[in-house]
Amino acid sequence: MTPQNDWKKYVIVFFITATLFASAFYFTNYFYNNKINQLKNIQDNISIDILSSETQFSLFQELSCKDVNNSVLSQEINNIADKINYSEKNFATDNTDIRYLKKYYSLLEIKDYLLMKKINERCGTKNLFILYMYSPDPTCTDCVKQEYVLSVLREKYPPLRIYSFDYNLDLSAVKALISIYKIPLSVPVMVIDGKNYSGFKTIEEVENILPQLKDSLKLQEKTLDIKPTIKSTQ
Amino acid sequence: MASITSMVFYVLIFLSVYVQVFFLVTFFENRRKIIIKNRKTKLAKYPTITVIVSCWNEDKTICKTIRSLLDLDYPKEKLKIFLVDDGSTDNTWYLMKHFEKQSNIFIFHKENGGKHTAINLGLQHVETEFVACLDADSFVHPQALNRMMQCFLENKDIMAVIPATIIYNPKNFAQSIQRIEYFGSIFIKKMLSFLNGLHVTPGTLPIYRREVFDRLGGFRKAHNTEDGEIALRMHQHNLRIDYCHNAYVYTVSPDSLYKLYKQRLRWYYGFIKNLIDYKHLLLKPKFGVFSLLTLPSGVISILGIVFLFLIFVSKFIDFFVKEIIKIQAVGINGALHLFKFDWFYFNIKSISLILIGCFFLVVFTILVGRKIVENRFQPSFYIIFYIITYSIIAPVWFLKAVYNVIVSERPSWR
Repeated sequence: MTPQNDWKKYVIVFFITATLFASAFYFTNYFYNNKINQLKNIQDNISIDILSSETQFSLFQELSCKDVNNSVLSQEINNIADKINYSEKNFATDNTDIRYLKKYYSLLEIKDYLLMKKINERCGTKNLFILYMYSPDPTCTDCVKQEYVLSVLREKYPPLRIYSFDYNLDLSAVKALISIYKIPLSVPVMVIDGKNYSGFKTIEEVENILPQLKDSLKLQEKTLDIKPTIKSTQ
Repeated sequence: MASITSMVFYVLIFLSVYVQVFFLVTFFENRRKIIIKNRKTKLAKYPTITVIVSCWNEDKTICKTIRSLLDLDYPKEKLKIFLVDDGSTDNTWYLMKHFEKQSNIFIFHKENGGKHTAINLGLQHVETEFVACLDADSFVHPQALNRMMQCFLENKDIMAVIPATIIYNPKNFAQSIQRIEYFGSIFIKKMLSFLNGLHVTPGTLPIYRREVFDRLGGFRKAHNTEDGEIALRMHQHNLRIDYCHNAYVYTVSPDSLYKLYKQRLRWYYGFIKNLIDYKHLLLKPKFGVFSLLTLPSGVISILGIVFLFLIFVSKFIDFFVKEIIKIQAVGINGALHLFKFDWFYFNIKSISLILIGCFFLVVFTILVGRKIVENRFQPSFYIIFYIITYSIIAPVWFLKAVYNVIVSERPSWR
């Protein structure tokens, strides 16, 4: 008895399987687009924050600095860097959306950096800056390590503002930054107070390069100590 | 390189899902045919049958096996039991002799030569219409023979029938997860029987028409998996194998994960070697589903599981290296401090969704298998344990089996 092949069934099963795969890809794409939109929204908020701060700064520079100092530029600017890096490594192979977001984010960072510098000069605030150049290439282990160090420092010292840039990003503003600070190709590189520091630097090494960090922490502790005293006298 | 890896990966996953969907469609086509009978089965006629029990060092279980055969609800004059001792070095032969006085039991002793030689010795003395083989570590349900013979009586084209194998009295973790695995296997074998694609006649009481051996000859030495080889040979000659889901045979299973590993290494080594010997059966429409689905799905399973395992290991190593780099950079405290939960980092990849789908299909097959055996559609925690444990250890025996085939190193029986 020779077996009969039900070819129709083979074809139907093929289409069912293909539909299952297509649905899985559709849902993945849906979630991916959701995340991209989430990033876009965060960036838009940052953009509004910066524009608002710039406007506020222009309004108040004739009068007083105290309100400008309190205008909090979106804290998301730090978190979004991690999210963009993560998206670049883990999401779809065609990263056009993410590359666009990364460029936009880099521009926002530069704008924030310039504004904060102005505020520092005009109002004498103690915001500290690190410009950090890295490569997203996973073979740059020192870049990965440096990112961890900077994340810890950011948590530890809230007045510290870290602006990270992909060294190879095709963006004229980033290229201008590289040219102005004469940043070498050997990433990771940190620019602190106009000086370049190449290679991996530990938490302690960064703290030594930027001794004001510890002072800022003491200042913060003092402020926290004062607050309850004021409350109790009330 | 990465894109080639992903492409191979997606092709393997697609084919694996294809096979699972094929079984699912077959189930929905034939679900009304799966009738669960718990009553005694009376046959219109009782054909003569010989059960050959081949034994090698089975003194712990042989008596129970023989008693289960004596308890079969089948006319004694129609049933012969051949006990063949394949040169045991323990008490098997002496225990067998205790049953010598039974009118339908015949005992044989020979030098050790392997399971196929023991069965072939029995085959030389067979005079009945049907022949069954039974491992000496398996116990037969009293109705098993009647229900299997019913399949032969209902369909003259069927040349062999295999029963549903169930793990006997699972006592520990290793046996409990095998019990779950065997439920899944019952579902798959039932579907394969609808498709005429059964690939094995395991040693747990397969029954053959004697004509099979008259036409094909006896069992052959086949890489310690003679029960797989005979099934391949039967398909080569277009002889149909059926599955009787109501006929239960209980088998003693490996009682540790290491013993399970040894057993599976032997099975999959034998499967690959037999497949190489019978490669001409692969992808030939004239051999039906067996050639187009069963055999390729075996190859896909081995490749898919090994591939998935290697990808998982590489991801795990990647994660581990990243964690070490993190600790090197900021210390353990810093690393702990860096951990923050955010839904954003919960990455939903298409492959994860497909694997979740596969997981539910596996659970479904197990539950249907259980329903067939125990007539209850009840989940168990052991399903989760089974999936986790087998995900870890199955790739190891598959990899080792492939390695053994490459270096021509035959695994030992025990």
